[in-house]
Amino acid sequence: MNSEQQYIELFAQCEAMICKHSAEVLNSPRTKAFEDFKRQGFPTKKVESYKYTDVNKLFAPDYGLNLNRLDIPVNPYDAFRCDVPNMSTALYFMVNDSFYNKALPKSNLPEGVLLGSLKDLSESYPELVAKYYGKLADTSKDAVVALNTMLAQDGLLLYVPKGVVVEKPIQLVNILRADVNFMVNRRVLVVLEDGAQARLLMCDHAMDKVDFLATQVIEAYVGTGATLDLYELEENTTATRRFSYLNVYQEADSNVLLGGITLHNGLTRNTTRVTLAGRGAHIDLSGMAIADKHQHVDNHTFIDHRVSDCTSRELFKYVLDDSAVGAFAGKVLVREGAQHTASEQTNRNLCITREARMYTQPQLEIYADDVKCSHGATVGQLDENALFYMRQRGISEREARLLLMFAFVGDVVDRIRLDALRDRLHLLVEKRFRGEMGKCQGCTMCK
Amino acid sequence: MLEIKDLHASINGKEILKGINLTIREGEVHALMGQNGAGKSTLSNVLVGHPAYEVTKGSVTFRGKDLLEMSPEDRAHEGIFLSFQHPVEIPGVSMVNFMRAAVNEQRKYRGQAALTASEFLKLMREKRAIVELDGKLANRSVNEGFSGGEKKRNEIFQMAMLEPTFAILDETDSGLDVDALRVVAEGFNKLRTPQTSAMVITHYQRLLDYLKPDIVHVLLDGRIVKTGGPDLAQEIEQRGFDWIKKEVQ
Repeated sequence: MNSEQQYIELFAQCEAMICKHSAEVLNSPRTKAFEDFKRQGFPTKKVESYKYTDVNKLFAPDYGLNLNRLDIPVNPYDAFRCDVPNMSTALYFMVNDSFYNKALPKSNLPEGVLLGSLKDLSESYPELVAKYYGKLADTSKDAVVALNTMLAQDGLLLYVPKGVVVEKPIQLVNILRADVNFMVNRRVLVVLEDGAQARLLMCDHAMDKVDFLATQVIEAYVGTGATLDLYELEENTTATRRFSYLNVYQEADSNVLLGGITLHNGLTRNTTRVTLAGRGAHIDLSGMAIADKHQHVDNHTFIDHRVSDCTSRELFKYVLDDSAVGAFAGKVLVREGAQHTASEQTNRNLCITREARMYTQPQLEIYADDVKCSHGATVGQLDENALFYMRQRGISEREARLLLMFAFVGDVVDRIRLDALRDRLHLLVEKRFRGEMGKCQGCTMCK
Repeated sequence: MLEIKDLHASINGKEILKGINLTIREGEVHALMGQNGAGKSTLSNVLVGHPAYEVTKGSVTFRGKDLLEMSPEDRAHEGIFLSFQHPVEIPGVSMVNFMRAAVNEQRKYRGQAALTASEFLKLMREKRAIVELDGKLANRSVNEGFSGGEKKRNEIFQMAMLEPTFAILDETDSGLDVDALRVVAEGFNKLRTPQTSAMVITHYQRLLDYLKPDIVHVLLDGRIVKTGGPDLAQEIEQRGFDWIKKEVQ
């Protein structure tokens, strides 16, 4: 079955409408993206990088789109109080792919920082956006990226000029909202110029019970000596399919922390590609997935050590219950000449039931001789000795299991560099394990 | 208090206990001696309900209740405590969270309200002093990175927190130097009341010098083959077990 046909027809018929409701900078790469998409088609499960997620099947159903940019009635500020308490953040919302700018928080961003609708800002600052947009996400290598580039009309831009430090963490809540089965193609561009610093937390919430298919492409350019923390927290419904592609490009002495947490989902495929292009760059990449029922979480990561003296630290942990399926494929490439690379990659997984499945594929490819690299992967069950030890002290089996699962993912949460978010996540993780879902307290929307 | 009758138990289909009969009354300390493989640890594991062991015959009643019917956690709530021969390391679970869960579940079982955070921390501090357990250890993950002696000390600390009525000490003296042994043994003695009983498994007289057992049993091939007073332990210390084996044959 070829699911791509309907998207080819859609684009052929609606190209003018798509472009009309977007901006020139976003429109210009569409034709090439369309050609790339047609040429590639969706990957089959025979394609190594998509071995564990059946893309063709997932894109087959008929989803509604909002190409005409009709206003979707929702006031997230009224309905949504999902702020992380005790964390003073600048809180913004995105409804599907539209940046919500009807009621913005009092602007407290430093001068020169741009944050808002990618479409609007690329109309105001076409040269700036054109310099970075579509440069990292290669449409010729990944059909989902091509599809997103072809169809995406809006999203978010965060631009921090040279040397500017954004003290307050920026929180963006992405809301999926629709009355019919719905497809969203969102685009995010993050540009930190030399020496700039910013922290961005993005939370995904599907608000309605319909089937959602959301594609997202994030391009993040991190200049020399710049520091970026980017957290993604997914709390979607089981009827949500999320395809996220994140591409980070790091210049010399830059420091990036990426944290991807799948707390509740339907099907998730996250692709993360990091290029360490300048000497002394450091990437901290961590991820965690808690899945049960028939949830599916597939993380595909690639860290490219292009030059010498860069470091990477990667940690992914999964806890799979019921019939959940997890996949992790992580590749670290150390290119010729990338001497003094220090790289560690760890993937540890717990399968709580016999039915849960974990596929793990750690890969390390080294073409330099003076490097320190390690990788390891494990799949196991809860430690029976520890369980019994706890039960002998009077802790019920259920509680003992919870404590062990909670402890298992604790070190991933501890990598978070925002204290309030870290504390919040410990709590959310515990609630998730207790079956109270990852609902945020005080949030009226995620019922 | 504890009455074991004709207890048979096996692990992986292999019979280890072949008919144990033992009665421990309130306030008594019994020592259980015997060579490796005699079934000492199996007996303690069966009493606390380790799922790997299968009871094939016999009965165990604890303060009038059928012990074998109870889950391991309920046995703990009823007042049975095992000081493990090999305490388990649990990375990521802090001693505080672990003990708070244990204490509060026990209180819930007994119809008592959960302790508040400050009440609990106060209790931790008090009990820690009994075994001279470093406060830093209490803030770490359960047994993780503890030395052999610290682990054993931590077992007695947990015993102090849970105040069992029947404690099993499974080779609590192994891996302890002379000073640590004294601290652990004296800690245990401080926790004893006229109502508490204990079963002490050991190879050596040294621990028994401190604990002063009322009755000493010798276990051989899954059965208790000899029972005597404290002098029996001293005799074993001097002569070993061979003479008992011969006696049995």
